[in-house]
Amino acid sequence: MSGARPALLSAKAAQRRWLPEGRRGPMPWIIAIMMFLTVLAAACALGLGHALWKMRGDMAGGYTVQIVEANAAKRAEMVRQVEGFFHAETSVRSYRVVLESRLREQLAPWLGEEAQSGDLPIPALIDLSLKPDVSPSKIEEIRREIITRAPSARIDAHQSYLAPVEALMRALMWAAAALVALMLLVTGAVVVLAARSTHDAHRGTIDIMHMLGATDLQIARLFQRRIALDALLGAIVGTIAAAALLWLLDRNLAAAGSELAALIALPWRSAAVLLGLPIFAMLVAAVTARITVMRALERSL
Amino acid sequence: MERIIQFENIGLRYGADAEVLSDISFSLTTGGFYFLTGASGAGKTSLLKLLYLAQRPTRGVLRLFDEDVVMMPRSRLPGFRRRIGVVFQDFRLVPHLSAFDNVALPLRVAGMDEREIAGPVEEMLTWVGLGGRQGALPASLSGGEQQRIAIARAVIGRPDILVADEPTGNVDPDMAKRLIELFEALNRLGTTIVIATHDMPLIGQISHAQMMRLDKGRLIDPTGALRFPPASGGRDERAGLPLGRPQ
Repeated sequence: MSGARPALLSAKAAQRRWLPEGRRGPMPWIIAIMMFLTVLAAACALGLGHALWKMRGDMAGGYTVQIVEANAAKRAEMVRQVEGFFHAETSVRSYRVVLESRLREQLAPWLGEEAQSGDLPIPALIDLSLKPDVSPSKIEEIRREIITRAPSARIDAHQSYLAPVEALMRALMWAAAALVALMLLVTGAVVVLAARSTHDAHRGTIDIMHMLGATDLQIARLFQRRIALDALLGAIVGTIAAAALLWLLDRNLAAAGSELAALIALPWRSAAVLLGLPIFAMLVAAVTARITVMRALERSL
Repeated sequence: MERIIQFENIGLRYGADAEVLSDISFSLTTGGFYFLTGASGAGKTSLLKLLYLAQRPTRGVLRLFDEDVVMMPRSRLPGFRRRIGVVFQDFRLVPHLSAFDNVALPLRVAGMDEREIAGPVEEMLTWVGLGGRQGALPASLSGGEQQRIAIARAVIGRPDILVADEPTGNVDPDMAKRLIELFEALNRLGTTIVIATHDMPLIGQISHAQMMRLDKGRLIDPTGALRFPPASGGRDERAGLPLGRPQ
């Protein structure tokens, strides 16, 4: 066997063998775990971001006009006046007066039979939806017009009801995004340690290569390629595991029929971002390995 | 004759220790054949390290190929190293590469086309008597075989300077003679040869060689005036060494 003529390799294939090929060590598995957590955190951040965007879209331009007047006749007249204004106003997309019977029905669980009797005055409610491009000054003008026609009217923007939820979702989204950044940073640190360790383990070979005239770049490329492949392998394993978990969660949420689940669902663009993460991790690993090894080599002659 | 190596008041110390080389000054000319001798610990290996750019001197001027290499940026050193072939005392073969790949290494480092590598490497391995062991790993080779691989690796790129540290220390007299013939043939092609050795019979074989002797880090015969008498018998006129030459 020892006398056999070695197969003719390409120059690149021959160069790759300058470093021994053998056990890969724990790095791919560490990267796999990091990538698993990164994809989950990224999915969380992207899902919440999408939900926020969708929620804002749904709530934008939505108002509830509440006319608080004990006298039923006066209240009805105010409603009629406000309806007339809405009908004529071009900025109004749609409006709907909530039926008093419907309101009483909804209040019944809290107020009991009293709610149904008609003796208890309840405010009139109008759901108002404005066109999307209405300016704040125009909204203020509409508000004034409503007050002119119904002085006891209270106007609440739908967005204000969900402001605390939105703030919470935004905080969670940024926390998840920060986790992604932190995880990528740790991945970089793992690569630095792996590159240093590999460099130290092959110090003898590197010295020989240097003495034979190899440049730092030639040597660094060997490490860069090896570490990038290790990182890609780990990243693919981690992403597949995370994708499987997300799929399972998605199925369970869908089965629950929750509106919240529908809101958090990932659009295809976000899924593409998640699938791009292994490539990004590989690039981070390659660049980090190159810089680390080049710096280490600079310390030698 | 053109000076290829020039040492001027070179001193070398490792860390804060005393100088291992002091006030070394000499010039070697292109195409010369030089022996470096001296007792163990005299500084031969340190001087060779300066020659093959594994070390920079702590003081003095060192010029190779008419350029000052002391102040030279690191990025330029690989180009110089590719012009210097080195036979290390401890061989320093790459353990996971076959004999073939070890010998091919300088040519690959220099970016030579893979199709042009196989022929010279196979011929060189045959020349050093290891044609049948191309795929063998260094660990499976004897000391003498490893030494021959190391020599083949050092000369395959037809370097301008060949630096060898005890190159015949582990081979039998016949192979030693053969290797010296190789060095001579390389020398005839214009390579400057510098060999550190204790082997006096070896020195006697090269009629035109000059000798430098180191003693406690100082050069005893910096002018190269000490010459060995010409060896008896004619010189091997073998031509056509199996050498690669990176562009």
